[in-house]
Amino acid sequence: MARGSEPVIELHDVGVRYRVPKEAIASLKEYAIRKLQGRIEHGELRALKGINLTIHPGERVGVIGPNGAGKSSLFKVIARVRRPSEGRVVVRGAVAPLLELGLGFHGELTGRENVVLHGTLMGFSRRDMLKRMDRIAEFAELESFLDAPIRTYSTGMVTRLAFAVATDVDPEILLVDEALAVGDERFRAKCEERMASFRETGRTFLVVSHSLAEIRRACNRAIWILQGEAAMDGPAGEVCDAYHEWAQHG
Amino acid sequence: MPAAPPVYDSARHDLRFVEEARDLWRYRHLVVELVRRDITVRYKRSVLGVGWTMLSPLLQMLTMTWVFSVVLRQDVRNYPVYFLSGLIFWQFFAQATGHAASLPVDALEMGKRIFLPQSAFVLSAVGVALVHTVLSVVPLLVIVVWTGSPIHVSWLFLPVALVIGAAFTTGVGLLVFTLASRFVDVKEMYIILLQLWFFVTPIVYATKLVPEEYRFVIRYNPATYLVDLFRAPLYNGWLPGPNTMAFAVLGSLASLIVGWIFYSQKMEEYGSRF
Repeated sequence: MARGSEPVIELHDVGVRYRVPKEAIASLKEYAIRKLQGRIEHGELRALKGINLTIHPGERVGVIGPNGAGKSSLFKVIARVRRPSEGRVVVRGAVAPLLELGLGFHGELTGRENVVLHGTLMGFSRRDMLKRMDRIAEFAELESFLDAPIRTYSTGMVTRLAFAVATDVDPEILLVDEALAVGDERFRAKCEERMASFRETGRTFLVVSHSLAEIRRACNRAIWILQGEAAMDGPAGEVCDAYHEWAQHG
Repeated sequence: MPAAPPVYDSARHDLRFVEEARDLWRYRHLVVELVRRDITVRYKRSVLGVGWTMLSPLLQMLTMTWVFSVVLRQDVRNYPVYFLSGLIFWQFFAQATGHAASLPVDALEMGKRIFLPQSAFVLSAVGVALVHTVLSVVPLLVIVVWTGSPIHVSWLFLPVALVIGAAFTTGVGLLVFTLASRFVDVKEMYIILLQLWFFVTPIVYATKLVPEEYRFVIRYNPATYLVDLFRAPLYNGWLPGPNTMAFAVLGSLASLIVGWIFYSQKMEEYGSRF
């Protein structure tokens, strides 16, 4: 990549803390009363602690760990959805979060309108999206349905369109959720092929998955997150072996 | 990709309100698409389509005219036009800010999944209300002419009035949106506040009918000047006076600045409470 060997993602001592109120105070009236009485207490949930991570261009990193370990918090700080509570996150280049297929899709809008809307949610302009339209429709195999409202689509058609628009991007960094391949066998193969072509073009990949086989196949490095900390970071095979061992024997 | 892949550094400490403005600018296309979506969805399956936007002020005018010039007998020349020219800003303002108060549920849900400047949602609410307002000016002008008022050159001032009114509305919208992101009852409280605010603004009545000792309520109410910004050219046929202009512009700037700073300082904290 053009940026040479400069890391694309750097995390320095990153921590994420969620402030959890001891009691749920949702109304302004109640909040005002409690505040006056000095009765607002917060608990704390530490989702990530002291994470140090340097990812170079072209690395394909799998993130593994049990549920609630902090995998999605890690993705959130990289995708800028959340600011870290402590530490520093530096991301060089555009991040495409392929996590939320069909975000913002609206049933009353046509396929074409939804593609443009979804594109602008990712920061593209309308003109950009219109230029990509033919390619997206072709990949989704929906050329003749593009001007019908998507409430008339089948579930399969909607997910095909969502996958096509989400992956028709040219970002430096891809954040990928495991359950991304969608549709029937044939379309799933097409999805796999597209993901493989992303890998070959030297883009940086972060994959969160529960499937160790998937991580071994697609990644050259893996990070095991446990209770908010990086338990292990190294070649995908070794980390997967260690994690497997741990998961088997507790 | 968006022009020039950005470098994101969580440790870089620009001024929050500058940073938020920069993010909003990067996502300006989203604002336009959200407005487009709302308008399209609203009219797509309705028989009358855009006609509704034109019809509703007409119906409202008929009822209000009946109440205030037949039942309560207001001593105001050409009351329908007096009332409607005042109502135009109010409807814009109430629609946009009321919408902003109800937005956080959807907006925060999206913001949890991908990075988005939340202010884009507030601006789109203002944009949608602006489109409706421009559409409802058409039947209003028809009524003005139909009731026998001459066509005035001062009507050309209306776009300027809309810009000033939109600035005021955006500021209040940001404030309400940010608070409503944190507290669920803000939306209901705001709807009540809007009702009260409506009646302390000279829209259905003329200021001269208010006893002198109570006029300060109207005088310290920024909405008074914004309403007058529309009423002067439409009803009186002249440009707003220097006092009206000064207070309207100052009120709008103050609203926009306070709203934007409050949003920039608090949104991240309020929005990340999931």
